[in-house]
Amino acid sequence: MISLTINNQTVEMTPDATVLEAAKKLRIYIPTLCHHEALEPYGGCRLCVVEVEKDGRSRLTASCTLPVEEGLSVLTDSPRVVKARKMTLELLLARCPQVPALQRLAAQMGVTESKYAPGDSDCILCGLCVRICQQLQNVGAIGMVGRGAKREVLTPFGEFSEVCRTCGACAFVCPTGHIADVGQISGKTPLPKLSEFNVGLTARGNIYRLYPQAVPNTPAIDPSNCIQILTGDCGACAQACLSQAIEFDQKPEQMTVNVGSVVLAPGFKTVDARLLGTYGYGNYPNVVTNLEFERLLSPGGPTTGHVKRASDGREPAKIAWIQCAGSRSVSPGAKEYCSSYCCMAALKQALIAQEHVGPGLETTIFFMDMRTSRKEYEKYLERAKDQGVQLIRCRPHSIDEIRGSHDLRITYVTEAGEVQDEVFDLVVLSVAMETSGQTRQLAADLGVQLDEYDFIDSSCFTPVTTSQPGIYACGVALGPKDIPETVLDASAAATAATRLLAPARGTQVKKKFYPPERAVAQEEPRVGVFVCNCGINIGGFVDVPAIAENAREIPGVAYVQENLFTCSQDAQKQMAEKIQEHNLNRVVVAACSPATHQAIFQDMMRNAGLNKYLFEMANIRNQCSWVHQGEPDKATGKCKDLVRMAVAKATLLDPLEYLQVDINKRALVIGGGLAGMNAALSLADQGYEVHLVERLDRLGGNARRLLASWKGEIIQPYLDALVEEVNRHPRITVHYWSIVEEVAGTVGNYRSRLSTGQEIEHGIVVIAIGAEPLRPSGMYLYRRHPNVLLTLDFDRELARKSQRISDAKAVAFIQCVGSRIPERPYCSRICCKHSVENAVRLKETYPEMEVAIIYRDLRTDGKLEKLYKKARDLGVLFLSYTLDDPPQVDYEGDQILITVKDQVLQKPVRLSVDILTLATAVIPHRNAPLAELYKIPLNAEGFFNEAHAKIRPVDAATEGVFLAGLCHYPKFIHEAVAEGLAAASRANTILSQDYLELEATISRPVDEHCDGCAFCVDACPFQAITLLEYMKDGTVKKTVEVNEVLCKGCGSCMATCPKQGIYVAGFTLVQLGAQVEAALGLR
Amino acid sequence: MSEEYEPIIIAFLCNWCSYAGADLAGVSRIQYPTSGRIIRVMCSGMVHPNLVIDALTKGADGVLICG
Repeated sequence: MISLTINNQTVEMTPDATVLEAAKKLRIYIPTLCHHEALEPYGGCRLCVVEVEKDGRSRLTASCTLPVEEGLSVLTDSPRVVKARKMTLELLLARCPQVPALQRLAAQMGVTESKYAPGDSDCILCGLCVRICQQLQNVGAIGMVGRGAKREVLTPFGEFSEVCRTCGACAFVCPTGHIADVGQISGKTPLPKLSEFNVGLTARGNIYRLYPQAVPNTPAIDPSNCIQILTGDCGACAQACLSQAIEFDQKPEQMTVNVGSVVLAPGFKTVDARLLGTYGYGNYPNVVTNLEFERLLSPGGPTTGHVKRASDGREPAKIAWIQCAGSRSVSPGAKEYCSSYCCMAALKQALIAQEHVGPGLETTIFFMDMRTSRKEYEKYLERAKDQGVQLIRCRPHSIDEIRGSHDLRITYVTEAGEVQDEVFDLVVLSVAMETSGQTRQLAADLGVQLDEYDFIDSSCFTPVTTSQPGIYACGVALGPKDIPETVLDASAAATAATRLLAPARGTQVKKKFYPPERAVAQEEPRVGVFVCNCGINIGGFVDVPAIAENAREIPGVAYVQENLFTCSQDAQKQMAEKIQEHNLNRVVVAACSPATHQAIFQDMMRNAGLNKYLFEMANIRNQCSWVHQGEPDKATGKCKDLVRMAVAKATLLDPLEYLQVDINKRALVIGGGLAGMNAALSLADQGYEVHLVERLDRLGGNARRLLASWKGEIIQPYLDALVEEVNRHPRITVHYWSIVEEVAGTVGNYRSRLSTGQEIEHGIVVIAIGAEPLRPSGMYLYRRHPNVLLTLDFDRELARKSQRISDAKAVAFIQCVGSRIPERPYCSRICCKHSVENAVRLKETYPEMEVAIIYRDLRTDGKLEKLYKKARDLGVLFLSYTLDDPPQVDYEGDQILITVKDQVLQKPVRLSVDILTLATAVIPHRNAPLAELYKIPLNAEGFFNEAHAKIRPVDAATEGVFLAGLCHYPKFIHEAVAEGLAAASRANTILSQDYLELEATISRPVDEHCDGCAFCVDACPFQAITLLEYMKDGTVKKTVEVNEVLCKGCGSCMATCPKQGIYVAGFTLVQLGAQVEAALGLR
Repeated sequence: MSEEYEPIIIAFLCNWCSYAGADLAGVSRIQYPTSGRIIRVMCSGMVHPNLVIDALTKGADGVLICG
């Protein structure tokens, strides 16, 4: 090593280093223009001059080309240096007065004007472009030509270079912007690589992360465009990477894995909107797809959430959505089915756009049927209307662009039949989903059968099972779906795929063992502080050596170390060694966020024989170096404070006992319908004992009264087989005529008492108690005329081909009876399909019969659209009505007379039918008692609520309680079955464990302080605290007890308690107070 | 005052929302003043009034509770 001093600070360098590098190591700033780490030193710009003293003589020389020398003394800011740099800069500035990089440097160095005559060049002849092309790219497409004042960067003979690869390296390194257009060198137009995540709206680098939250989040190199991979040249990134993580010779690997089953989840793509020619997508810049618009709304998108038009960057004042763009159509390029996600997506986009643009934004949705049939969607639709989203029932034929302004004119027909013209700033196409090429390929490779739309085919009774045994599928690969369905599909597929493999479960798990933990509670704190540079993420903006130096002075700190990457595997190993070597008993890592990295370091603690709760993090990256990039001194000061705060808390940390609770592996399933039986069977097949509770004397639930699935599969034989299987299963006990009356305990250990008096101990519960049809006495002559039936009664007659059906000349169905009304503001989801299906069946059996369906919006989502089309083809009459003008029903003898104002004809239509079927709402049973027993919420209409509408669709808010079937919301058979399977899958995540590991940072009562005032009992949002009384010294003492399973450590109790009678371990008032004092410089 | 006034603000941030929000501000490189000193709590409901009063009496210029 060679030792030298710069500005009187000593630094040691390897012999091949330069003085510039040595200065950098000392964090001494020297301005450069022609320097680049990946290139040989050049010494061209002379801005990096320093004053060098050796043997009593001093001289000015460029630091970038000056090798280090033993005993060298360098000054970087002496008056001579400053004067020389200023003159150099004045000369450069005179040559290129307009270059921002030079103007910035001038301002920094106090150069206000140049005394030389100004030129008009923007090239400072630093030669970076020429050198990177020559040295790294091995191309030499450009060179320096001419001498003196005529010197310039040029291609040979000033013509387009034949060897230029248009790689753009020259433009990348150019400090002045002289080389802005690489096309002027190669004569070719460089095309940016478009960001896949931003659906092509932005360019992305060749080294990139797929998207900010991608897993894994490691950047990847696009090999199709990498100069080094394609030609062996360049490799600049490998030289720049501090971790030396770049390996160009990595190749895609082929791996063989032995598995018992396979789940396919290849997803979908959207139809190519360019094929929908009349909408002008691709030609009109202000016509975008809904996926593109989604990115425009995203704060992480190309416009950071500011909605802008592509043509002029202006914020739109009027936006239109066109629904069913490529769906529900037989046009070329379009799909016959409904894509099912887009109505809700358009409403959501309209409301969010209003938030982003402001209340003045006009939003219009052109739709055919508003299909908001899932839970809470109808209320969202009503909210959108209230907030001014205009809904127009029309599918416009085309969009016309107005020349010059690029505004868009849409011509449409109102429901009253008038032709209207409206001009919009932006039009969003709600484009159809379609199967992906990958789905087709997978299906072909695996021999999996596809349906007529090339989605993976499956039966309604086994909705995630493909035609190939052992292969399962989930998501849109099975057909158009919204998020909640894809998520519950995924759970269902997981349970289906593991059902037959249950004996092998856990056999390949490698159990991790930790060394015994050192008892440190009685020791004086010896804190180890590890300060991370995070490459340059921290070290590049704050002074890490100064932070480390400061940490050494904090009381209790026994060891301090800097790391390049503290989270790297070798750093972890080294930390464990240092803990042992220095006998550390607390650890502080000053790096990034505990949200992402605490678990890694806690694991390291356990490997080093320390309790994992003796660890604390100082978040000096996310909450300091990244957010104060322009204030290095202040940011460094804040980092020092953050470390001091973390150490203050760390010295007060106590080791905590890891909490575990045993799990009872028995399952309770309430409700013996389709969903309940599927859940019970799949749990029993997974090896668990199941108790199935049914309130009636037989299994089957509502499915007992149904005829066929939408695909025409007959339900009763399937149901009989299912019941048989349940009854025969050795691990299932069915309790008939029973309901649950009493419940005690929590997840892992419930005790439920049935109405029969039997008590069952179980670890989880699946609630699948179904729902019932509304019986609207008096409405539309129901129960006043014998020929007015409910859907399920009509089904029964249709199944046995009753006399009055075969005699009937005309039959009508009225939809939305009791649904989508102010008292019951939800869509019952299943009734449109049910009536259309029955209409088709009638028409097929009795072609002469007149069949009419009177509806509000026809909601045959997804592939069910096929039924609707078939019904129309068969001549079923569809008449639409509105909520404020419902059909009028009367009778004359056996005939039912219906008058309805049809919205298409805008005229009253009179029908005389033999049978009227009412598609009435699906209403919940009395769910409240069960909701109270298991402490789970109901929605306003009395259906059980899930923990999260999108990502936890079958979990109840209470842990260990799962929901399936109609008790959650009206749904189809295939959805109820999938939910039964999904609930079993979610339950399995608990039952498959031997014990639950609980977080130890939870509330602990302090008996001697507690007087039983019970303020905390009310404050606890998890009902985890109970009041106790016990005999102490001959008197009754009141105190509280915390349920360790229920407590989440939120500490509402601690803040409420007037006597410090309860605290959260790891967040005590003393520990938090110490952090406050440290922040204020008092510790 | 000759020096620029630089307040110290004690910020109690909920682990699940605002602390994560501050992390996201970092990831998004949103620049803001250096005055805040963040203390992570498992819920803003955990912040005892005494903590706030102590902070203010001991010299904090402001206390922010986010959750």
